[in-house]
Amino acid sequence: MDKPFAVTLDVGSSLANKTGSWRVERPVYVDLLSPCNNACPAGENVQAWLYAAEDGSYEQAWRTLMEDNPFPAVMGRVCYRPCETACNRGQLDEAVGINSVERFLGDHAIEHGWTVPVSAEPTGRHVLVVGAGPSGLSAAYHLRRLGHEVTVRDAGAAAGGMMRYGIPKYRLPREVLDAEISRITAMGVRIELAQEVTEVLTLLDRGEFDAVFLAVGAHVGKRAYIPAGEAARILDAVGVLHDVEDGQPPLLGRRVAVYGGGNTAIDVARTAKRLGAEEAVIVYRRTRERMPAHDSEVREALEEGVLMRWLATVKHADVGRLLVERMELDETGFPQPTGEVDELEADALVLALGQEADLSLLDGVVDVAMCDGAVQVDGTFMTGHAGLFAGGDMVPAERTVTVAIGHGKQAARNIDAWLRGATYVPSMKQPVVDKTQLNTWYYADAPHAVRPRLEAARRTTTFDEVVEGLDEDTALYEARRCMSCGNCFECDNCFGVCPDNAVIKLGQGLRYEIDYDFCKGCGICVQECPSGSIVMVPEPTERFTDLDLLKTVPTHRRPPIGDMADHSPNRDVRP
Amino acid sequence: MNRTSPVKFYQVGSLAVGNRLVDPVECSVQSDVERTNSLTSGHRACQGCGEALGARYALDAAMRATKNQLVAVNATGCLEVFSTPYPETSWRVPWLHSLFGNAPAVATGVSAALRAQGRTEVRVVGQGGDGGTVDIGFACLSGMFERNDDVLYICYDNEAYMNTGVQRSGATPPAARTMTTQAVGPEPGNAFGQGKDVPRIAMAHEIPYVATATVADLRDLEAKVTRAMDMRGARYLHVLVPCPLGWGAASCDTIRIARLATQSGLFPVFEAEHGEVVATTPIRRRVPVEEYLALQGRFAHLFRPTRRDDVIERLQAMADRNIERYRLCEEAS
Repeated sequence: MDKPFAVTLDVGSSLANKTGSWRVERPVYVDLLSPCNNACPAGENVQAWLYAAEDGSYEQAWRTLMEDNPFPAVMGRVCYRPCETACNRGQLDEAVGINSVERFLGDHAIEHGWTVPVSAEPTGRHVLVVGAGPSGLSAAYHLRRLGHEVTVRDAGAAAGGMMRYGIPKYRLPREVLDAEISRITAMGVRIELAQEVTEVLTLLDRGEFDAVFLAVGAHVGKRAYIPAGEAARILDAVGVLHDVEDGQPPLLGRRVAVYGGGNTAIDVARTAKRLGAEEAVIVYRRTRERMPAHDSEVREALEEGVLMRWLATVKHADVGRLLVERMELDETGFPQPTGEVDELEADALVLALGQEADLSLLDGVVDVAMCDGAVQVDGTFMTGHAGLFAGGDMVPAERTVTVAIGHGKQAARNIDAWLRGATYVPSMKQPVVDKTQLNTWYYADAPHAVRPRLEAARRTTTFDEVVEGLDEDTALYEARRCMSCGNCFECDNCFGVCPDNAVIKLGQGLRYEIDYDFCKGCGICVQECPSGSIVMVPEPTERFTDLDLLKTVPTHRRPPIGDMADHSPNRDVRP
Repeated sequence: MNRTSPVKFYQVGSLAVGNRLVDPVECSVQSDVERTNSLTSGHRACQGCGEALGARYALDAAMRATKNQLVAVNATGCLEVFSTPYPETSWRVPWLHSLFGNAPAVATGVSAALRAQGRTEVRVVGQGGDGGTVDIGFACLSGMFERNDDVLYICYDNEAYMNTGVQRSGATPPAARTMTTQAVGPEPGNAFGQGKDVPRIAMAHEIPYVATATVADLRDLEAKVTRAMDMRGARYLHVLVPCPLGWGAASCDTIRIARLATQSGLFPVFEAEHGEVVATTPIRRRVPVEEYLALQGRFAHLFRPTRRDDVIERLQAMADRNIERYRLCEEAS
């Protein structure tokens, strides 16, 4: 005992005092579902590839994207961006330009000649895909990656389906489409063109193929009876777009009327303008708000000088003129005729009233159910006939390229499972993160100097590819605007804000760990986590120990600063 | 990579503690796994203690700035009590405690002793709560300022005597309920027109450096400590550290409340040199004081059972005066 005067105990560290015993709730790291991922019809892990792109790891970002979608450069041009509509940043300032970054990655990959290796063991199974459109090619790509032999047959002269014959060049340059398709054939997918498939069941029964995926699309324009003079020129929108693609544009004349309100109507009207028509008028029986065409397309068409005749139906078509009846919406929003008839000068009338699938290849197949011109499939995309799957525009769903690509992926996974005698079980969906679960205080405001440039680049007018995609700087900038909703992006906030040093930083890429020996359960890390990646759960007890179950308990979080008020610092806050 | 016009934009800029995209040398001290952890785990501060957080922030930054050549002198108060129950200590820096009221004087003495030994590379930080600084140690502090002793004195201001059970101090804001300013009578809580604004009093001494900061803005706090350690002479840093217990707030809201104090204008964040304000931190998202008050039990009587708009307006007027005085709503300082 050689201690100084009045000292009886050795100096100890407070580390002996395990304050974790104070806790009644504990913080837990989670990975939740970001709204963009949730909204993507192709099932892309948007948050993950943006995360990779944020530090310039473009190849990794592209490969993550390619896990789900083999057409990033196409998507980056023609997708209707449900991800951006869902983006939480849209409620803060402006949605992240996800689509522009996707296009940048897709173009970057083409430029650098990146390819996708097939690493799976060959399964010895052979799948026939009927239709080389987005859905068929997506299925072929995914099946090939899973080790199956894949043959794609298409009646057309070139692969791409509606991506080639439905979407005009000014929205999707053919070099881009060709590059992404040839990447799929380079993986060993065989595409046989000008091969109409008729006897589907024979192919299956003869054992030539172990499974068949039908994705013939919807290429037949719907007709409507329109009283017309003998010499009136009436064409069908799908046919017009197809002929333009084949290099044989039809003669439309000086003034063209397009009948319909969908995206195809807009495409035809814009194409007509490009073919030299002085005037392109869209005749639609309802109002702009009720038009099925996407807003951005309507806006672009109007910018290009396409005229719109809302609330109108075509009564009679004649040489050089149409009779158009004015409509009125009734209280249920349905258009009713008024009896007032106008004349509209038009050298040609193009009908864009929707498309149907040509299902003649299923003639005589009794166990495949059909309804309203669409093939009925179960949750695994299998028709009533074992081994016969279908997806894309020919099954009931929203008809967009992205949805079709998503169908292809899901069908491929189910076909793969079926071929192995198993059932495909999709991974459980985590809860979707909404803005109230974020602490948006921490996200940097977009510097003004960069914004104008970005806004120009973000503009949707990819007309003649006039507006360039993002360059590397702006793509990086845009990717970094991602708030990483529900997924840790290693900002060190939890590590920094803990008053008890109870968060352990594991190093780059490894995230963090809570030191439950010392964590008192104050919850500051949860409150100050920008991305909502930590939740507070009740402390497990002897009776209840299942942490995973506890994580599903909804946790309350206060809104970030200033959300109750205007963000402008100069706003007078007093009543 | 194309570096012709690099876009300097990061997801969280410098608002978060760290950022995987930023060069480690540009990151905060707190984001460094090698940080000193001057106040380590196992201390007995309440859940969500702002003072424990503020002390670690400040001393870790001071340790880095001085290359670990630092002595800390502590006044009596929560910070001393919860960190050193005999025989344990949470301090990983040389640390000294004497009395409640003499920390600035002891710090002066340590500084003088080091100078006498020729060890001027060893720097001294004095620290205490608002009680030990604003009231009890005030004479010693003023003397330290007047003599321009080579000490950085840091006040962790939680606006009352929390250690002894939440009694009013000279830093308690008007209308706040404490054990000695109960929420009763026509003018409930602490009286208006009393108390001391010590940063301004420090400025009146025309010492080399005076600054305010909060636990809500780590980068700002670290920059101020680093700047202070670059200077010699008497320096004063006043850090707002919310107290969940004394303020009647949720433990998870400590940083949020500090942020609201700055964004409402009630706590101006600025720097002054030789008596003149040289920089202020502008408000980023202005909020009415009500947003700040409503989260705290010590102001609950302003909302229940009857709403006291008259009192809230007087507090708003204080915030507005700060905003005007320190130009908190102007783009750049």
